[in-house]
Amino acid sequence: MSTDKIFDLAHSTVRELNQALHDLNGHQAGPRFEVRNAQGEHALAVGIAAPLIVDILGHVGYYCAGMNQHATVTIQGNAGTGLAENIMSGVVRVKGNASQAAAATGRGGLVVIEGDASARCGISMKGVDIVVQGSVGHMSGFMAQRGRLVVCGDAGAALGDSLYEAEIFVRGTVADLGADCIEKEMTAEHIVALDELLVRAGITARAADFKRFGSARKLYHFNIDHADVY
Amino acid sequence: MTTQDPGLHESYLFNRDVIHEIQRAATEGIYDIRGSGAKRYLPHFDDLVFLGASMSRYPLEGYRERCDTNVVLGTRYAKKPIELKIPITVAGMSFGALSAQAKEALGRGASAVGTSTTTGDGGMTSEERLSSKLLVYQVLPSRYGMNPDDLRKADAIEIVLGQGAKPGGGGMLLGQKINARVAGMRDLPPNIDQRSACRHPDWTGPDDLEIKIRELREITDWEKPIYIKIGASRTYYDTMLAVKAGADVVVVDGMQGGTAATQNVFIEHVGIPTLAAVRQAVEALTEMDMHRKVQLIVSGGIRTGADVAKALAMGADAVSVGVAALIALGDNAPGLDAEYRKLGSAAGYYDDWQAGKDPAGITTQDEELSKRLDPIMGGRRLANYLRTLTMETQIIARACGKSHVHNLEPEDLAALTVEAAAMAGVPLAGTRWIPGRF
Repeated sequence: MSTDKIFDLAHSTVRELNQALHDLNGHQAGPRFEVRNAQGEHALAVGIAAPLIVDILGHVGYYCAGMNQHATVTIQGNAGTGLAENIMSGVVRVKGNASQAAAATGRGGLVVIEGDASARCGISMKGVDIVVQGSVGHMSGFMAQRGRLVVCGDAGAALGDSLYEAEIFVRGTVADLGADCIEKEMTAEHIVALDELLVRAGITARAADFKRFGSARKLYHFNIDHADVY
Repeated sequence: MTTQDPGLHESYLFNRDVIHEIQRAATEGIYDIRGSGAKRYLPHFDDLVFLGASMSRYPLEGYRERCDTNVVLGTRYAKKPIELKIPITVAGMSFGALSAQAKEALGRGASAVGTSTTTGDGGMTSEERLSSKLLVYQVLPSRYGMNPDDLRKADAIEIVLGQGAKPGGGGMLLGQKINARVAGMRDLPPNIDQRSACRHPDWTGPDDLEIKIRELREITDWEKPIYIKIGASRTYYDTMLAVKAGADVVVVDGMQGGTAATQNVFIEHVGIPTLAAVRQAVEALTEMDMHRKVQLIVSGGIRTGADVAKALAMGADAVSVGVAALIALGDNAPGLDAEYRKLGSAAGYYDDWQAGKDPAGITTQDEELSKRLDPIMGGRRLANYLRTLTMETQIIARACGKSHVHNLEPEDLAALTVEAAAMAGVPLAGTRWIPGRF
């Protein structure tokens, strides 16, 4: 099945698009989907559970590619809030910028943002890899549990606040670190792993130029002596 | 206040309980965390009575005439609304807070009487999916275990904004209850305290929520009813906003609602009583011409068929039980008194559900303790309890002349206290007075 399927949202509905994608859930392959005139519509290409290729032409609204499984979704524009929220697997790529809470709670897969990401990028992430070619806004990586957040530009305030076991890499400046987030040593092992991730994301950057941040693990058990940071 | 010892006058303000808590806080340096709901006196359904039929109303024969109890939830937008045989559901309680055996028992009990049970913070276990004919999948701020496959397997989706025991508060699961399975489902290391967020990560405010709901509907092809659960505080406005955001069902949890682990000060001092919350929610739905179109589920201190009947008479479509369901499974059983005492508590008082040492095998992840709860027997006990609640509700409904429990109405109620009359919006017994209205 290689014939392209074209959905022009000037003439079809979001429901029709998502239903066509869902009709292939569980399949091992499918046609390439091209979505035209996205016009900032919300909930585009959500709930896919098949290794489909979906190209979206134009800007998208909230939750594009939400809960993605296996698919490769590319947005030729900017993305609204909650891009690829709770992504499980597959790849979601935004050629432009992404709004708040990109890849929120993502549990697997890869999200690449070629522009900037706004506040709370990777909030509560649970295993996803996120690579941002530009900068990220405040509170990015808030309560991040697992996975990697890579920022090639700068990070806004309170980076990695209340971090669990996720790793954050920043090449530029960090406005300030959130509670329990500290800079950690960038070992040779981390450089190799980050280089591999950058290559996979198609982003040109040297891993050795990044700083690594992680959890100090001081908030893992309540301690009255740490009450001032809660 | 006079004590048993003449001449000793206990302070109302600084009584022995208060003194004990101050001393405990001074020693331990941390607030008291516990399970269950508000323990202090609050106006409740006990403060209402039914006006049984007499001259002006025609009762139904208790053992002959039908009094139906079914309820359909999700008729507003969902392609596949769910039908419960009884208007009593089992509230969301997490695997993590509860043992897998307890979750299975809840599913068995609910399914035996044709009603639903609900997941909780921590995701859906295979045991509860298999044992629950109708399972509501919660979407919580933490999104622990959130999984589109489970979303598709669910019969309904409940977006949790808050809980009656702690409106505005997130959750916590202390490290002692985080075994490898619980940790794995939550994508976190074992044995650490887990903080469940108090805000959703990917939306803020009702306008965003409307879009979030649309996403969930798209993912599930508009099949599933979508509930919004709110902890009772500004219930009138929250209900209106939930309807505006596109809910099929609004779940209102009053401050008597239980929790697995929350600060005592939060449980006792944040939120409003269920009685007041029901009236506010019904008022909001009625003003929007959405009463019965968007269904209302009420929880927080439901114990008896009388509570069920009163909630329905005030305008709820169904109720949920949580704490009562755990008691039905065997929580606080008298036979375990000696073991509760070893933990510094006693049967009838045990609320250290956060500690993971529950001798009943319900609020624990300890393998040996968990085995004490037989899911089949527990399910049977819960089914017995739910059947009893249903029959009690029917007894009252028939006495009020109703052929369906949903035909109960505020006009069937009177209040025993001025406070209850004001909160419930029904007249003080023997009068036509509703404080604040006439």
